[in-house]
Amino acid sequence: MQHYTMNLTLKVWRQRNSKMKGHFETFQVKDISSEMSFLEMFDVLNEQLVAEGKDPIAFDHDCREGICGSCSMHINGRAHGPWDQTTTCQLHMREYKNGDTIVVEPWRADSFPVIRDLVVDRSSFDRIIAAGGYVSVNTGNAVDANSLPIEKQRADESFAAASCIGCGACVAACPNTSAMLFVSAKIAHLALLPQGGPERKVRAVNMVQQMDTEGFGSCTNIGACEAECPKGISLENIARLNREFVGAMFSGSPQG
Amino acid sequence: MNWKNYFSTSIGKKILVGATGLFLILFLVVHCYVNAMIFWCDGGKHFTEAAAFMGGNVAVRILEIGLFAGLLLHIIQGLMLWSQNSKRRSVKYEVSAGNKTSKWYSRSMGLLGTLILLFLVLHMYHFWAPNRYGQAFDAGWKEEDLYDKMVIVFSELWVVVVYVLGCFSLSWHLVHGFYSGFQTFGLTTHKYKSVIRSIGVAFAILIPLIFASMPVYLHYISSYQQ
Repeated sequence: MQHYTMNLTLKVWRQRNSKMKGHFETFQVKDISSEMSFLEMFDVLNEQLVAEGKDPIAFDHDCREGICGSCSMHINGRAHGPWDQTTTCQLHMREYKNGDTIVVEPWRADSFPVIRDLVVDRSSFDRIIAAGGYVSVNTGNAVDANSLPIEKQRADESFAAASCIGCGACVAACPNTSAMLFVSAKIAHLALLPQGGPERKVRAVNMVQQMDTEGFGSCTNIGACEAECPKGISLENIARLNREFVGAMFSGSPQG
Repeated sequence: MNWKNYFSTSIGKKILVGATGLFLILFLVVHCYVNAMIFWCDGGKHFTEAAAFMGGNVAVRILEIGLFAGLLLHIIQGLMLWSQNSKRRSVKYEVSAGNKTSKWYSRSMGLLGTLILLFLVLHMYHFWAPNRYGQAFDAGWKEEDLYDKMVIVFSELWVVVVYVLGCFSLSWHLVHGFYSGFQTFGLTTHKYKSVIRSIGVAFAILIPLIFASMPVYLHYISSYQQ
């Protein structure tokens, strides 16, 4: 594809902290290369703002190669922008044309309060993981891998679920702000492996309870999460979480 | 955790909505089967027999209590989920994805359900309430002649229009609801999900279509009789 440059109008959400009300601010950026990533375009804008003596726009980023789950921009109504299975850092400016207007908002959910500008607090996800998204290893060495045979298909399914990067796009995209796709991915990747077996019931119950405590909405099977997930996490994981939960409900959890 | 705790989690609440929804789907099959007897075109003879059997049967009367309990639970729990879920995004998006990431009917289950509820009030006022009143207070458990009643009720064109619109709402509610019920119980595995989806869509088209053709047919009959 031919390289080109473009001038853009950006409408970006500005908010000083979680207490204050936010508002949109409009910026013009010039000579943006079609080869840049969306975040690099923001870097250009921020350098411009710093040079003008203004506050740069705060946004989350880390690896910039689509695997860390840090970036979290809602771009023209889409979590991580319009490309399928792509994080914001991997969205490239060739998507846009000269003269385009782009509206950039933070993830909007009461369980993800805005810290500043486009940065939201996703520690609610950490607390859900802390409630049971792990395998307890209390003693001894790791056992020999050959003593735990795992069917290839299960290993693949588990791996696909484990590819969730916890970015929160599912919550951002869901009309109910449900975190079920995230929780289901974390539950499925452990439930599919023998190591996750002993704690599966208590895990399902505790993680779902923590999810509710954090104030996420309930899943009504709308499917926007799956459409927006940068890692292509399937709704089949939510079906699995429901099975795990119903299993725990009717066969009794260790908590009685 | 005790049962109360389980049913107060977000998944527990949806299990109630899903289970009652699937129960109501079973009811639709029976209701549709009995009412479709009018298509024998015998002046309602077959239908009246079937309706009398359903109306005078103790087992069916007991099931009716369960049906109302299920319907009420489905409505209350569904509306509560709808209202709670709509309060979890205090600051709305300036630009929303709309139909690019999800279907309008999946996002509108509360609205579609409310439209069905409004239709149901009218529907029960027309048939269920007068029939039960007659059974309870008239001597000898008098059954209404429901076929004649239908012909009279559906002679009004606006009633036919409201009933068809009610069936239309039901159809969209079922396109999402049928599949969603199975998903809530975790039965939509890779192997079964396309089968459940297809049966759901077929059900959501077929049953409301048969229902909707009833008032249209009877409106035609009533105009013929005049």
